Amino acid sequence: MKSSVITFPGSNCDRDMDVALKKFGFNNKMVWHNDSELPKSDLIVLPGGFSYGDYLRCGSMASKSKIMQSVINFAKSGGLVMGVCNGFQILVEAGLVPGVLLRNKYLQFICKNVFVKLENKENSYFKNLDKNILEFHIAHNEGNYFCTNDQLKEIEDNNQIALYYCDNEGQINENFNPNGSIKNIAGIFNKNKNVLGMMPHPERMIDQSLSGEDGSLFFKNLINNIR
Amino acid sequence: MKISAIITLKNDVLDPQGKVIHQTLDGMGFDNVNEVRQGKYFEIDVKENDPKKAKEIVENMCSKLLANLVIENYKIIETQ
Repeated sequence: MKSSVITFPGSNCDRDMDVALKKFGFNNKMVWHNDSELPKSDLIVLPGGFSYGDYLRCGSMASKSKIMQSVINFAKSGGLVMGVCNGFQILVEAGLVPGVLLRNKYLQFICKNVFVKLENKENSYFKNLDKNILEFHIAHNEGNYFCTNDQLKEIEDNNQIALYYCDNEGQINENFNPNGSIKNIAGIFNKNKNVLGMMPHPERMIDQSLSGEDGSLFFKNLINNIR
Repeated sequence: MKISAIITLKNDVLDPQGKVIHQTLDGMGFDNVNEVRQGKYFEIDVKENDPKKAKEIVENMCSKLLANLVIENYKIIETQ
């Protein structure tokens, strides 16, 4: 299975993502933002970081870079595109997933492990995953998911909420909402569920001696789903 | 000619920075403030001398890059 990770100026989780994808069997290529053509891929990943120094709005500059037109075309033709953290911010700015990511409610950069709950497994990312509650890492300043009421209705009607912040038992409420996101939203799909944007970093949870293995479960399952 | 654009958050979008600025002003003794909303200001020198056309160009910039219309509004002002 072939994957590509796009590196923007200021991306800093691109190498971690490369390590994670390769560890679980992807033949991964790194792609520079200024290239115009994507290598043949089964999965495109927009990694975390601070593309363009978070100037103007996080992800806004990167969403207009040369490679993004190819990523948008790939997504529109049904290809799998996953954005993590800054990658999620780039996806919303590119209009590939609805909504926007605002500054965290309490104006603090948050860096900690969180639990997230997945309720929709009818997609290539979470299908066949045994667990419904995963422990991932978050590290962001602008992860406060926001959308208009009309958008929220559409998102809920189409089952587009991918992940909710929760406690270790899966309770979803304000106490376990780290950043003020509407409905505790940590991740969102596009309408067709081939594009996934999420604030948590699965690539930071691929080794027991470092942090945890829930990222390993995610990537193992993902490659099996794509095969 | 120079065109300015002011980007502001829509009314129903939470502005935590504005809130903190408000609280700080309050603490400094400026207790006559109802609300503070923080925004962005751009001054763009466009290679166009017709005001109508210049404004159109900046408007296009606002809707495509400078503002995110999910959360922000923009206002365009002719500066000179």
